[in-house]
Amino acid sequence: MTEPVNAWLPADAAALSVGADAVAAALVTEAARRGVELRLKRTGSRGMMWLEPLLEVEVDGVRAGYGPLSPEDVPSLFAADFPAAESHPRCVGLVEEIPFLARQQRLTFARCGIIEPLDLDAYQAHGGLAGLQRAAGMAPERIVEAVTESGLRGRGGAGFPAGIKWRTVLEQAADRKYVCCNADEGDSGTFADRMLIEGDPFTLLEGMVIAGFATGASEGLVYVRSEYPHAIATLRRAIELWRDKGLLGADVLGSGRAFDITLRRGAGAYICGEESSMLESLEGRRGEVRVRPPIPAISGLFARPTVVNNVLTLATVPLLLADAAAPTRYAALGEGRSTGTQPFQLAGNIRRGGLVERAFGITLRELIEDFGGGTLSGRPVRAVQVGGPLGAWLPASSLDVAMTYEALAGVDAMLGHGGIVVFDDSVDMARMAEFAMAFCAEESCGKCTPCRIGAVRGAETLQKVRRGEHVADNIRLVEDLCEVMTDGSLCAMGGLTPMPVLSALKHFPEDFAPADDARTHHAAQVTS
Amino acid sequence: MDTQPGRQRCAADADEVRGICVRHDRRADALIEILIDVQHARGCVADADVGVIAEALNLSLAEVHGVRSFYADFSTTPKGRCVVKLCRAEACQSVGSDALAEQLRARLGVEFGQTSRDGMHTLEAVYCLGNCALGPAAMVNGRLIGRADSERIDAMITEVGND
Repeated sequence: MTEPVNAWLPADAAALSVGADAVAAALVTEAARRGVELRLKRTGSRGMMWLEPLLEVEVDGVRAGYGPLSPEDVPSLFAADFPAAESHPRCVGLVEEIPFLARQQRLTFARCGIIEPLDLDAYQAHGGLAGLQRAAGMAPERIVEAVTESGLRGRGGAGFPAGIKWRTVLEQAADRKYVCCNADEGDSGTFADRMLIEGDPFTLLEGMVIAGFATGASEGLVYVRSEYPHAIATLRRAIELWRDKGLLGADVLGSGRAFDITLRRGAGAYICGEESSMLESLEGRRGEVRVRPPIPAISGLFARPTVVNNVLTLATVPLLLADAAAPTRYAALGEGRSTGTQPFQLAGNIRRGGLVERAFGITLRELIEDFGGGTLSGRPVRAVQVGGPLGAWLPASSLDVAMTYEALAGVDAMLGHGGIVVFDDSVDMARMAEFAMAFCAEESCGKCTPCRIGAVRGAETLQKVRRGEHVADNIRLVEDLCEVMTDGSLCAMGGLTPMPVLSALKHFPEDFAPADDARTHHAAQVTS
Repeated sequence: MDTQPGRQRCAADADEVRGICVRHDRRADALIEILIDVQHARGCVADADVGVIAEALNLSLAEVHGVRSFYADFSTTPKGRCVVKLCRAEACQSVGSDALAEQLRARLGVEFGQTSRDGMHTLEAVYCLGNCALGPAAMVNGRLIGRADSERIDAMITEVGND
């Protein structure tokens, strides 16, 4: 009988999508066959998606990795010198020494992929609950000050300082206040919220309770999109577990303060990621955008003062409260007013896709080339969309931009939720511009005219451009329409759809001129 | 009008929907949760269900109908036994989801948003399944598939068919 082997394998949805459960079953079978005592724990993902399913086994107190594994690899894994099977073709060495991971600054995602998501003891052993325990003894003003001091800004896309939002809610006198967590992560190219909820859900709950303590709110709601069934299942169990342990309820941690959390599911509407639309949905209505003012911090859910924050914002809060110096340490990271770390997500046509948490200021090139290893197809990078379907398209010549709120604004782009979608040189940017308008037409809530009608007309007009009909005139029309949508829409859906359209026109004009036109234009220039 | 073909509506059907409303304390703010549960239990939210829910929640028919028609997850007629969702958003487009979409249409013999005549397959477009580093992403009856291709989707269709 050999020594027991400690092993970890993700049960994250991305890992499951490439066969993690089949690998787990094969491991259990093979271990039993060989009389090896395998202690297999299912964790979240480390965020190195190209290595999933990534098995980690303990060798001399540290974790060695094997991936991407298929069930067929398992017998040979045991046949080699398992668990220290360095000669196995799937061995990736010590997991924490893989450059993709070693070069990160994991704060918000410190525990993700390491502990079992619903193991409260492991959570505490890895620093969990320190923030909440300290916050429970603090005056609300002091908690708000700590968050303000850290410089933490909303990670959902708008980048509004969290401390200022919380102060506004704290200052309101009301019979009830709410903390609403936006987990309607609909942007293509983003999966950080999902990964965190599946891999370390207690961090989110802890951040929400602290937000409640800081603002005087006693009810929290998490709005999770229906496309995330695994996240929903994990979060539901996490909430039940916290209720059982007295970490949620009438008297949280014996503090005398009440806070409870309800999970609410979305039903397939992208617009519900917009905060006012999400509030409408949480009240049981069509997800139609609200006119502001009033802002939700003053009149939000059920017309009560409401903190609305993204998953990543709230999940970062516990570490900021862990000790008195934590806000200063966090604020020292990053550049200018972009403080702390950002979980960037490398997606699309990328060789090493996944989650990279780094201080603000890293360049887009470092992310795509050093971390991502270029395109999956091996062809040159041509266009990168940063910040989801409402974000700008950047050409390969713009990759040296620093990833901060300010530097991205300087090149007419935005960080959004930190998603980075890479395309190679086979992309047709006129088609992508049309897609941006078509997506807006599909997902518009229909409340305001510039978005509801503008997106439909925009898609039609870009189709004409692609067919080569009056190209110059129609492009002028699209640009004019974009101005109306930007200035006249009620929310970011209509207001930002012009960003991918105009950036595609600006950086890739050659894709909007049909071959004939381009020749005529060139000929005219030559003869004049 | 009952939109469920070949199925006689009876008091038990209404009771099931009413029971779901009661489980949610007949709260109007839980309407979306209720609709999700009805869709799950009955395969669709039929017009008759809208009436039952409206009465239980003390809402107008228009309010419940308005919510049902706003959210893409709700359907008025039953979906196929196997619901195949393919992500059509940018990240998946960058790794060939458009070509895969064409293959699926041909393979299943249905357009996006439609159910095959034998009631076996429904094909749906979705915009992001949160698996953007392992695209193209697809989902078959709630089972997520990364690096999806025709063969892997076919295999999953067979697998869920045997469940």
